Amino acid sequence: MIRTTLGALLSHWRRHPLQLAMLVVGLALATGLWSGVQAINAEARAAYDRAAGVLGQDRLDRIVATDGPLTVERYAQLRRAGWPVSPVLEGRLAGLRILGVEPLTLPRGAAVPGMPGVGGDTLGDFLGGRLVLVAPETLARPGVAAALAGLVPDPTPDLPPMTVLADIAAAERLLGVTGDITALLIDPDRALPGTLPEGLELRAAAGEDDLARLTDSFHLNLTAFGFLAFAVGIFIVHAAIGLAFEQRRPMFRTLRALGVPAGTLGALVLAESLGFALIAGLAGVALGYAVAAALLPDVAATLGGLYGAAVPGVLELRFSWVFAGIGMAVAGTLVAAGQGLWQVWRMPPLASAGARAWGATAAAARRWQGLAGLGLLALAGLALAFGSGLWAGFALLAGLLLGAALVLPAVLAGLLGLAERQAKGVLSQWFWADARQQLPGLSLALMALLLALSANVGVGTMVGSFRTTFTGWLDQRLASELYLTAESPAQAAAMRDWLTPRVEAMLPIVAIETPLIGQPGEVYGIADHPTYRDNWPLLSASPDVWDVVAKGRGVLVNEQLSRRAGLGLGAMIDLPGGALAVAGVYSDYGNPSPQAIIGLEAFRVRFPAVEELRFALRVPEAEAAGLAVALREEFVLGETALVDQAGIKAFSLQVFERTFAVTGALNVLTLGVAGLAMLASLVTLSALRLPQLAPIWAMGLTQTRLAGLDLLRTVVLALLTAVVALPLGLALAWVLLAVVNVEAFGWRLPMQSFPGDWLWLFLAAGLAGGLAALVPAVTLLRRRPADLLRVFANER
Amino acid sequence: MNARTVFLWLALAGAASAQGFADMGANVEGFALPDRATVLEFPADHGAHPQFRIEWWYLTANLTGADGADYGVQWTLFRTATAPAEGIGWQSPQLWMGHAAVTTEAEHYVAERLARGGVGQAGVTLDGPAPFAAWIDNWQMLSTAGPGQDALDQLALSASGEGFGYALELIAEGPLVLQGDRGYSVKSAGGQASHYYSQPFYAVTGVLTLPEGPVQVTGSAWLDREWSSQPLAADQTGWDWFSLSFDGGEKLMGFVLRGTEDFTSGTWIAADGVAVPLDPGALQAQALEQFTVAGREVPVGWRLRLPERGVDVTLEALNPGAWMATSVPYWEGPVRVTGSHTGRGYLEMTGY
Repeated sequence: MIRTTLGALLSHWRRHPLQLAMLVVGLALATGLWSGVQAINAEARAAYDRAAGVLGQDRLDRIVATDGPLTVERYAQLRRAGWPVSPVLEGRLAGLRILGVEPLTLPRGAAVPGMPGVGGDTLGDFLGGRLVLVAPETLARPGVAAALAGLVPDPTPDLPPMTVLADIAAAERLLGVTGDITALLIDPDRALPGTLPEGLELRAAAGEDDLARLTDSFHLNLTAFGFLAFAVGIFIVHAAIGLAFEQRRPMFRTLRALGVPAGTLGALVLAESLGFALIAGLAGVALGYAVAAALLPDVAATLGGLYGAAVPGVLELRFSWVFAGIGMAVAGTLVAAGQGLWQVWRMPPLASAGARAWGATAAAARRWQGLAGLGLLALAGLALAFGSGLWAGFALLAGLLLGAALVLPAVLAGLLGLAERQAKGVLSQWFWADARQQLPGLSLALMALLLALSANVGVGTMVGSFRTTFTGWLDQRLASELYLTAESPAQAAAMRDWLTPRVEAMLPIVAIETPLIGQPGEVYGIADHPTYRDNWPLLSASPDVWDVVAKGRGVLVNEQLSRRAGLGLGAMIDLPGGALAVAGVYSDYGNPSPQAIIGLEAFRVRFPAVEELRFALRVPEAEAAGLAVALREEFVLGETALVDQAGIKAFSLQVFERTFAVTGALNVLTLGVAGLAMLASLVTLSALRLPQLAPIWAMGLTQTRLAGLDLLRTVVLALLTAVVALPLGLALAWVLLAVVNVEAFGWRLPMQSFPGDWLWLFLAAGLAGGLAALVPAVTLLRRRPADLLRVFANER
Repeated sequence: MNARTVFLWLALAGAASAQGFADMGANVEGFALPDRATVLEFPADHGAHPQFRIEWWYLTANLTGADGADYGVQWTLFRTATAPAEGIGWQSPQLWMGHAAVTTEAEHYVAERLARGGVGQAGVTLDGPAPFAAWIDNWQMLSTAGPGQDALDQLALSASGEGFGYALELIAEGPLVLQGDRGYSVKSAGGQASHYYSQPFYAVTGVLTLPEGPVQVTGSAWLDREWSSQPLAADQTGWDWFSLSFDGGEKLMGFVLRGTEDFTSGTWIAADGVAVPLDPGALQAQALEQFTVAGREVPVGWRLRLPERGVDVTLEALNPGAWMATSVPYWEGPVRVTGSHTGRGYLEMTGY
C-alpha cells in the first residue's frame, strides 16, 4: 500500500516537471547562497583562529610597553627579576607577517605544532636563523620565495597564511631592526614575582583574537545577506509546495477514501518533502561551494585591506557548513510545507475536493498579514529608538524588510483597487480586477521581488555614498604631492639638504604604535602647516584647533577612537607622556584602530626615540613628476620609498571597491532568485487561470491580446512593487549607513541619493516581471482553442 | 671528571639526540681545541671561553640541616655555542642553560632555565660590580671575595624553582685544584680532553626554602669549571662521575666513561689541596643495586676501589630518585660513603 500510495503521490511531479524543477532549483538556490556565505565565514573564522592560536595569543597574557618600544635591556631586567617572559618581535615584510620568537624561553602552550622545540632535531637550524616556518600555501604565493631568499622555509600547515615564524634573531635580520621587542609572552605555568616596573603593562589574554572581534561585523553583514537570499529562496519553495498540495487535494481525498490512514499519508508526504530537501540541499551545498570559491578571493582581499587579516584564497570543504546547509534546506522545506502537511493530516476523508485556486485566501488573511507586517515595522521602530549595537541594527533591518514584505499585498491590493475605480471601459476594468484576483497567488513572489529590489537600492545607495564620500575625503586629505620614506636618519638628512631648495615644504610624518584606550593604536605627529590647516576635513573641532594642536596642548582623535571611548571635544585622553584634551575629531575611513594626532614638537618630546624617516613633500603639481624622477635617481629609491598622491589614492580606492564586490555579487544573485520566484508562481498559476480566461476568450478577446495583457499585468505588478521597494531601499540604506556602519566600522557616512540608479531599479523590476511572464504568455498563446473550449465542457 | 652533561648541549643545540653520542666528536669546525700546553690563568679563566663549544660552572653541596637531616644542593650554569664567536643581541651564537636542584631523603626538587647569550639574560662577567658573577634569570653565583682574594674564594649562591629555593654563603678553605695534567684532563684513550679545574674546599652556610618552611643548613660544596669543544670519543655512550669528600679531609674525583672499553680516570686530592692525577684504570668502579626511576634502570649504589690509596668504599644514594627531569634527563644526587673511608659526596650518571 505504501509503495502504491507513494507512486500516486510522485506521479504528480511526473506530470508537472516544471513545478518539480522550481521546487528543487528554488531550494538549491536558497541553500546555495546561504551555505556559500557560511563557507566564506567559516574559512575566515578558521583563519582567525589559526592566527590567534599562533603563540597562544588567545590564551597567554602578555606584557607591552606603554612608553615606547620594549627593548632587549628591559627583557633582561625582567628575566633577572624572575619574570617568566619570552620575547616576540612582529613586523611586516613584503606583505608577510614576520613573527620572531625565542624558542628557549617560549612558553610550552605557545609553540606552533611543527615548531622545533628544545631537544628537537632542527632547533639548531632554527636558532641559526636558516630555518623559518611558513604555511605551504603561503610559499606558493608569488614574491614570497624571493622575500625569504637565503632561508630554508619549512612548510608548516598550522600557520596562518602570509605568516613567517622565525627565530627572533632571524626576524631581526629580515625586518632590519635591532633590539626591539613587540611584546613579552608570560609563561602561565610559573608564578609572577611581583609588580611590573613603570612603563610596562600586563595585558590579559584576549580570549578571542582582536581580528575576530574587528571582523565580526563584516561577517554579520554577509550572514544577513545570506539569510536574505535564503528567505527569498524559501518563498519559491513555499509557492511550489503549496501549489502541489492544492493540486493534489483530489488525490489526497481519493487515497484517504481508498483506505490510506491519515497518518500514513501524512508521513509519506513528509518523507517526500524531506527527500526533495535532501536532494536540493546537496545540490545547494555544491552550488554554495562554487559561489564561495568564486567570491573568496575578493573577500580575502577585502579582509586583508580593511583589517590586515590574512585569509586564504582557497576554500576548504568543512563539515560545519556542509551539514548546516543541508539542515537549512530541510528546515526551510519543513517551514514551507508545514501548512500543507497540517491540512493533509487533518483532512476528513470525505471532505469536498473542490478546486480552490492556490493561495486564494480570503481578504481576512491578507488583513492579518498586513497587521503582522505593521507589527514588525513597529518593532523595527522600537529597535531604532531603544536598541544599540550591531544586533539591534540587524533587528531593525529584519523588522523593516519582513514587515514591508508582509504589508506589500495589502498595499498592492489598495493600489490596484484605486486603479480599478479610475478605469474606464470594460476591458480595463477587467484588467485591474483580474490583477487583483491574481495578487494572492503572486504575492509571495512579489514579496521576494520587493526584498531583492530594496536590497539593491539600499546597498547601491550605501556603496555609492561610500565611494563619493571616500573619494572626496581622499582628495582633501592627501593634499601633498609626494610621500617619501628614508632608510635611515642619515639618508633623511641628506634628502632634506637636497630637497630644501627644490620643494615648497618638506613635512615630517612621525608615528608610533602604542595602545590607546587599551587597544592597539597609533599616535602621529604632524607639522604645523597650511597643508593640514586648509585641507584636513574635521568632523568636529574646537575654534582654534590647529593652533592648540601645534602648541602641544590638544590632540586630534579619529572618529573610531572618539566613538569607541565616547570622547567628545574637550574630553581628556590618556597618551604616553601625559593626558591631552581632544581638540578635534577627524574621519578615518578604512582604519579599524584608534588613532591620535599631536603636534610634531610635542611628539618629539614624548617619543624621542622615534626616528623621522617619512616626509610629505609640497611642490607645484606640474613639477611633482619631474621631482620624483630626480629623487629616484639621486637616492636610488625603492618602489615603496617614494609614492605619489595618485598612487595612494588608486590603492585606497581599490581596497574599497573590493570591500563591496561581495555584496554586489550577492545582490545580483538575490535579484535573480526573486525573478525565478515570479516565474515559478506564474507558471503554476497559468494552468489554474484557464477557467478564468476561457470566458473572456469566448467573448471575443484573441489569445494574442490575452497573452499580451497577461504580460503587461505582471510587468505592472512588478513596477508597482518597485514603487514600494524604492522608499524601503532608501530606508535600508539609511540603516546601513547610519546604524550598521557606525557599529561595524566605527564611522558614519553621509547618505547620498543616486536617482539615475532608481531608473535602473524600475528597468530591472520590469525586466524581471516581463521575463518571468514570458513563458506563461507564450504557453497561453500556443494553447489550442480546444483546451479553452474544454473548460466549459468539464467545469468542475 | 666533568665531561658531564655535554650531551645536554648536543641535544639542545640540535646535534640530535637521535644520532646519539656518535656525533659528539664531530662538528667542531672553527672551535678552539684544548691544548696541553695551555697554562690556566686566574681570574681570567673563571670567565667564559666563547671560542670553545661547551663550558660549565658546576656546583654541588652536601649539607646538614639544623634538624639533623642531610640535604643535597646543585647549581649549574652551562654555556654552549653554535659558532665560536661572541655576538651582540639575539644574533649571538652563545646559549645558556641553568639547572638547580635540592635533594632531601624523600624529595628531589629540580628546575631548569634556558637563555640566549648577547642579551644579558644569562652570562658570566669578571668586570661587573662583583669580581665574578654568573647568572641566568634570577639565579646567581656572585663573588663576595675581598681584594687580594681569588674571585671564587667567597660566593653567594641563590636559585629557586617550583617548590624550592636556596640562598647559600660559600667560603673556600683550600686552594683551587687543577685536574689532570695542570688542568688538561684527558677523557678517552683516543685523546679527547678538556680544560678542567675545581674548588672542592667550600664551607657552606645558608637557608633552604622548602614547602615545609625554611631550613638552616651547613656543610661543604665543590665547584667544577670545565670547557672543551670535543669532550667524548665516538663510541662513548655516557658516564658515571664521583666527587667524594672523606671525613679525613682527602677528596677523590673519579669517572668512568662507558664505551667499547670503559675509560676511568680521576684525581686524588690531599687535605692541603695537593692533587695527584690517577692513571687510567687505577680507579675501579662496580655498580651495585639498580633503582628504577622515570622508567630507567640506574645504578644508585657503587663500590669504588683505589688500591694505591687503600680506598675500598661503598656509595649509597641519599635519595635514589634524584632524577634530573630536565630537557635531557640524568641522575645527580648526594651520596653517603662507607667502608675504608667515610664521608659524603655527589654522584652523577648520564646516558641511562
